Amino acid sequence: MTGVEPMIALSDVSKTFTLHNQGGAVIEVMRNASLSVAGGECVALVGASGAGKSTLMRMVYGNYLAAKGKVVVAGLDVAQAAPREILALRREVMGYVSQFLRVVPRVPTLEVVAEPLLAVGEDREAALARARDLLTRLNIPQTLWSLSPTTFSGGEQQRVNIARGFAHPYPVLLLDEPTASLDAANREVVLTLIEEAKDRGAAIMGIFHDEAARDRVCDRVVDVTGFAPRQAA
Amino acid sequence: MTPLLSVRALTKRYGPHIGCADVSFDLWPGEVMGIVGESGSGKSTLLNCMAGHLVCDSGQVIFDTRADGPTDTLTMSEPARRMLSRTDWAFVHQHARDGLHMGVSAGGNVGERLMAVGARNYGDIRDTAIDWLGRVEISETRIDDRPTTFSGGMQQRLQIARNLVTGPRLVFMDEPTGGLDVSVQARLLDLLRGLVRDMGLSAIIVTHDLAVVRLLADRLMVMKDGHVVEAGLTDQVLDDPQHAYTQLLVSSVLQV
Repeated sequence: MTGVEPMIALSDVSKTFTLHNQGGAVIEVMRNASLSVAGGECVALVGASGAGKSTLMRMVYGNYLAAKGKVVVAGLDVAQAAPREILALRREVMGYVSQFLRVVPRVPTLEVVAEPLLAVGEDREAALARARDLLTRLNIPQTLWSLSPTTFSGGEQQRVNIARGFAHPYPVLLLDEPTASLDAANREVVLTLIEEAKDRGAAIMGIFHDEAARDRVCDRVVDVTGFAPRQAA
Repeated sequence: MTPLLSVRALTKRYGPHIGCADVSFDLWPGEVMGIVGESGSGKSTLLNCMAGHLVCDSGQVIFDTRADGPTDTLTMSEPARRMLSRTDWAFVHQHARDGLHMGVSAGGNVGERLMAVGARNYGDIRDTAIDWLGRVEISETRIDDRPTTFSGGMQQRLQIARNLVTGPRLVFMDEPTGGLDVSVQARLLDLLRGLVRDMGLSAIIVTHDLAVVRLLADRLMVMKDGHVVEAGLTDQVLDDPQHAYTQLLVSSVLQV
């Protein structure tokens, strides 16, 4: 792929939900969504709550199925790809910092953060060193590193999630409210991490309710309200 | 790359009743696939047919063997298939006592598998057994104890050690965390995930626990009445289920 091609490109994407337990009602939540994100660019999805920001992001990550259209990430159409192709894409190319930390209980925080690096075959010591560096930057006390994050506070879990998401230098990053529930100092660290990712050429798509943060790191905003299906004419 | 396992149109009937019907999929090296569905959905029948514990009516179970490449294990000679199940395959039963020799010591249970593939040096076998007991977090001091003196969780971990000691490439698991309390389950999940990553093995896990597959499985197959009704990436199937039955299954649990 050439440098001018976007890393994320959606064209004419529609999304419907079929509610089988409600008589098979089909609800269309998005129609003809098109947008693209280039390497080194950060694009914010905006729109009222329920407008479809998370839905769109999930279609990019591949845990929501698009009803129609193309969702091309680094050359792979996620809407059509086989599971193992999406798994490889997620391992090598596309990271996702969600609002929830989902981990195997009992696994130490340091391992949780290093895991994406180990999954791409990074040397164990190098992976752990990178994890220590990120946890230090995100002000997670060293006394917590050997504990499972499942017992941590909301803000600490959020920072562990961010450390994990930034451990491997993914060329594509999806960020769902990365600065929510963070204090000023940690918010600053996260924004710096985002700027560093942009500088190394990552394409970033994010949801930011924090307007000042959005203005600082995002190059463009896309209002997903424009992708809402028209009411029956 | 060649799939490690290719299942084609696998069908098993119990008289007029369908056990599993027309199941096809490919499993790739390093992948973990979950099979979910309520009891009676055919998931255990399918697992036992693939592993050769049940005779199926039709279909193919093609395994990428080390010596001859992709081979249909259902038409393989019995000795060849038995050798395969000792070397490249492993089967972890829901009840550890079905997969262990309860009258034999813990070390013996692990060593037996090694001897079945030709290991003869007592010292080597014992060292390997100690190493594996350590990996599944069973103290070396228990090596000469019989599994009857172990807790349920320890028995399950011993069963896993016994199965993985020969370095299999494919592991079949039938409700591996069923019947264990939550903290023991977590420990077992952690262990299994580490082993999958470090040894690069592929696994097929039958369970009814959606939280377990969310954490362990890359891919998911949902079964109902012997048929596969939905298959895909684990988080896609759980977050955006397409089939009526999957929607019901996902909405019936507290939180996954």
